[in-house]
Amino acid sequence: MTEKKRAAASGGMAGLFRNQIFIPIAALLLLAAFNLIVDPSFFKITLGTNSEGYSVLTGNLMTILDYGSEVAILAIGMTLVTAASGGQDISVGATVAIAGSVILRILVGLGGDGTLQAPIIVAFLAACVVSMLFGAFNGVLVAIFKIQPMVATLILYTAGRSIAAWINNNELPIVTDKTFTYFGGFIPGLPVPTPFFLAVVCVVITMLVLKFTNLGLYTQAVGINASSSRLNGLNPTFIKWLSFVILGLCVAVVGLIKTSRLSTINYSVIAKDIEMDAILAVALGGNALSGGKFNIPASILGAYVIQFLTTTLYKFQVSSDALPAYKAVVVVLLVVISAPAVKEKMAALSKKMKTQKEVG
Amino acid sequence: MAKLKLAGVSAPSSKKMTDSNLLLLITVVIFVVMYAGAMIFLQKGFLKPQTFFNIMNANAALIVTSCGMSLVMITGGIDISVGGVVALVSMCCAVYLDYAGGNVFVSLLIALAIGLAFGAVQGYLVAYLDIQPFIVSLAGMFFARGMTTIVHTAPFNVENEAFVALKGTRITVPGMGTVNRLGKYVDAYVEIGVIVAILVVILLFFVLKWTRMGRGFYAVGGNRQSALMLGINVKRTRFMAHLLCGLLAGIGGYIYFLHVGSGSASHASGMEMNAIASSIIGGTLLTGGVGNIFGTLVGVLSLSTIQNIVSSIGLDQAWWTGITVAAMLCLFLIIQSVILSRRH
Amino acid sequence: MKENAVLEMRNIHKSFPGVRALHQVDFTLCEGEIHALMGENGAGKSTLIKVLTGVYEKDEGEIYLKGSEKPVSIKSPQDAQNLGISTVYQEITLCPNLTVAENMYIGRGKSGLTNWRKMNADADRILTNLGIPARATQQLSDCSIAIQQMVAIARAVDMDCKVLILDEPTSSLDESEVEKLFGLMRDLKARGVGIIFVTHFLDQVYEVCDKITVLRDGELVGEYVIEDLPRVKLVAKMLGKELNDMEEIKDENQVYKGPEERVFEAEGLQSDAGIRPFDFYIRKGEVNGFTGLLGSGRSECVRAIFAADKVIAGRVKKNGKPVKIAKPLDAMKNGIAYLPEDRKRDGIVGDLSVRDNIILAAQVLRGFFRPFSRAEANRFADEYIKLLEIKTASADTPIKSLSGGNQQKVILARWLLTHPEYLILDEPTRGIDIGTKIEIQKLVLKLASEGMSVTFISSETDEMLRTCSRLIVMRDRKVVGELSSDELTQSKVMETIAGGNVG
Repeated sequence: MTEKKRAAASGGMAGLFRNQIFIPIAALLLLAAFNLIVDPSFFKITLGTNSEGYSVLTGNLMTILDYGSEVAILAIGMTLVTAASGGQDISVGATVAIAGSVILRILVGLGGDGTLQAPIIVAFLAACVVSMLFGAFNGVLVAIFKIQPMVATLILYTAGRSIAAWINNNELPIVTDKTFTYFGGFIPGLPVPTPFFLAVVCVVITMLVLKFTNLGLYTQAVGINASSSRLNGLNPTFIKWLSFVILGLCVAVVGLIKTSRLSTINYSVIAKDIEMDAILAVALGGNALSGGKFNIPASILGAYVIQFLTTTLYKFQVSSDALPAYKAVVVVLLVVISAPAVKEKMAALSKKMKTQKEVG
Repeated sequence: MAKLKLAGVSAPSSKKMTDSNLLLLITVVIFVVMYAGAMIFLQKGFLKPQTFFNIMNANAALIVTSCGMSLVMITGGIDISVGGVVALVSMCCAVYLDYAGGNVFVSLLIALAIGLAFGAVQGYLVAYLDIQPFIVSLAGMFFARGMTTIVHTAPFNVENEAFVALKGTRITVPGMGTVNRLGKYVDAYVEIGVIVAILVVILLFFVLKWTRMGRGFYAVGGNRQSALMLGINVKRTRFMAHLLCGLLAGIGGYIYFLHVGSGSASHASGMEMNAIASSIIGGTLLTGGVGNIFGTLVGVLSLSTIQNIVSSIGLDQAWWTGITVAAMLCLFLIIQSVILSRRH
Repeated sequence: MKENAVLEMRNIHKSFPGVRALHQVDFTLCEGEIHALMGENGAGKSTLIKVLTGVYEKDEGEIYLKGSEKPVSIKSPQDAQNLGISTVYQEITLCPNLTVAENMYIGRGKSGLTNWRKMNADADRILTNLGIPARATQQLSDCSIAIQQMVAIARAVDMDCKVLILDEPTSSLDESEVEKLFGLMRDLKARGVGIIFVTHFLDQVYEVCDKITVLRDGELVGEYVIEDLPRVKLVAKMLGKELNDMEEIKDENQVYKGPEERVFEAEGLQSDAGIRPFDFYIRKGEVNGFTGLLGSGRSECVRAIFAADKVIAGRVKKNGKPVKIAKPLDAMKNGIAYLPEDRKRDGIVGDLSVRDNIILAAQVLRGFFRPFSRAEANRFADEYIKLLEIKTASADTPIKSLSGGNQQKVILARWLLTHPEYLILDEPTRGIDIGTKIEIQKLVLKLASEGMSVTFISSETDEMLRTCSRLIVMRDRKVVGELSSDELTQSKVMETIAGGNVG
């Protein structure tokens, strides 16, 4: 083989590997193959009737579509935050609790009997405002005070659930209105869970925004080199801050889904460990956790792969409390594989093997 | 050597405090003012020395883990797995003591081994594979928490006799006792954990100030690239910091276990946060290179004093603790950020 | 090993993914000689140095040191240090959070414990001996950059090294400091230390060096005694071709001949970067420049014009109309473009493609809600890649994988794409090879002839004399003079910088 040809061949291979979306797809195929071998019934989808009497699709794949959508919505914001600030927001789980608490407080109020005191849209918009405010708070710490994102968000990670409990004075308001259950369940007549549609809406809006504005270019430029971006007329502080506010919006949507599922809230359990899933989705999407370039479709696919993993683990009787241990292993494997130091070593190794082959 | 005079280079600026000392000073002043304020305005328990010793007793584990956290933070890293490690250590030791009928000494070894294992793995990933410490230790935290419930789900108290005896051991502090309402003199006491914690603080102070490794921590935290060029083995230094942090989390875990005497998956929840907050309040810079182990001790004391104050003025609902710690951390982060941006 | 050689590197090979950085390079350093290592950017100088100091591991080859029969193995900077190889880099490689004394002693010696008193006393003695105005107990970040560089040298000197590597140490020093450094180098040379000196400044090479080794494209061109290699030949060796257009690039026909109204005017302009208020103007089609020693405030002046630093006083006019420029975007909207001094920190956006780097400024000007289409962006990128002859695999290549000169051209393309009326170039030719330097100088003159106003800053006076028709001279952060037409000679500029025309 001539020098050039070999370079071209390795370039082709490298091109495939370098394509970000390759990582989540490979992970997805791996998981699917595993389940297919162990138990093909994993993929069975049945059309049944749920407790409300609607005909709905059920099965593991529907569960993945349903719960994966929560992570996917968060992954959109998390990807932007990661790209712009080079860190992650670990307070999303806690702020989901706050958003949910706000929704319930407005819908039912303290000591309410469960009937709606306000339209759902009003409660949702209020939750949007509140979680964007908390996002803005994180954003201020990161963008203006230049505190590492993960430490800055550690503040709300700790205090968030307490704040959520405080909003409803530690009561657990229950919504009795049926329409409220639509957002986390099914809309009558539609057999696919609503969170999936909400995720689709969020994704479409995001893609449109990325297409018709410069959000993508600006965020990446700021994430890669803030100083240089400033001299090109950008405002890095504002863009970093903005990414946290956008994530706040995503959090509000998830807050709505989460509270709708239960029609109530459990402050210490709601959206527990979801920050881990969201970060994992970003990493699995092949985005550098140190910021810079990003790919939102890859993150979203990553989110569903994470849920695929979770559902698979549940199927193997892993309790929800023990789940993080397994995911932690996945995270470590992922970051190890994508670590530049490891990549270099692998490259050197494969080169050595090649030369050995040629000699032999 | 020839004498060369450099003309045209400005003279050294007037004597300035190093960043470490300035931040330490702020912390000490705030702590003293706070405690004195509590003594004057709240009185209640704050006048009794035992109140102070109780703060020490309750926070000995936090002091040790915070010291580990400070080491890692001085090298520019972070380790948020410490809370999880403490919980895992408590659970493993509890299970070993009660279900396997083990002896206390071996349980201590188990604690140290768990700590070292976490430190070694995380240190390797951070130092030799150059993965962000936050991500590594986030995974570490989830792994530890998950493992804790896998080891044993329900919380339970340890009834092993030797252990219970050790747990009850009190060391009298001479001359600090008070006369109680019945007119009887009550000795002031501390638990074993406090002695260990104080030894750890003294030892680490020595390590950081005088040893080659300790100075290496500061150099690596100040500027990793430069430290490499100055001939410091940066990888090993970072590895050692994480290893020590893991070890100290193991020791802290055992002290915690000794204090509460039970195993539970919800033990030490949010402890990583308290440890980070204590380090930061104690003047350790998040960006690395600046920090003082005495500062960390004062940081822990400040944090627990303010929690005591908050609960003794009637804000004793559970959520106030979290909010107070968060607010305190937030405040100090901002102070650091403002002071340091002004200075440089 | 050769008689009296302290260091011999034989047959050194080193490659990085896709790049062959060093190929069969030999290098010999003798006792008591100052040996210049020359070559353009990408020639392999830094790689060779880094192989020698253990930052990179060589793929092949041997390194011999005086007194050892077997080749030595250098796997880390620490190994190099222990073998008596000390290095002073262009960037400060000290820890800002430690004291001056610690920076001089950390990472050395075997002792596991620090004796603070002895260390401080030793450090103070050396600092006094070398005449460095710093105290041992001072925190390093409280010292100026020049002093920090001096501390780095003091550390290297004190290590009793056999080989001292100075990798572009003079780029942050002013002339008197450079003189002191040269004195120190000669002194060490007399004591038998072998010194490797890497620099871009030809004058300095001829002032202080004994021998020159030239590298080109990762290969050894040759080793020469300084007397045998006149400048023109050295440049030819470095470029690999005879260069005839070094001298005159000003073409009398290529001058702007339109109306000469003032495009930009500033009155009492001042920023928070510590410069005195200054007045300034530039006419249409003019090339002027700020000159002065490093640290004289020349960069700060143009940064104030572009509002890259915070502007705290002054009025500015654009084409005679008063305008407000409070941030870079305002300046850009007024048709001002600024190519910053520090390409890596302020210029390139490393991971982004060449295309995105080219369109960035124009895109920001166009607005958040009006992105260029893919086709438009490609068209712009291709146009400028061709125009400026940027050597890149494609427009999709990340800019960070380009050579310094080509990165600079991309940044230049970025600003040309905004079609500025007034272009500020702060050290556009620093650290890039001579061929590209001349291309950029020619381009500046061409743009000016087409009616663009250009402010040009360079550390090399002859480069400024070749391009500028008016020079504003700065000293100690204020404007001290202005030179034009026949005052534009090397000696007059030097005189003004030094203060000869005052009083």
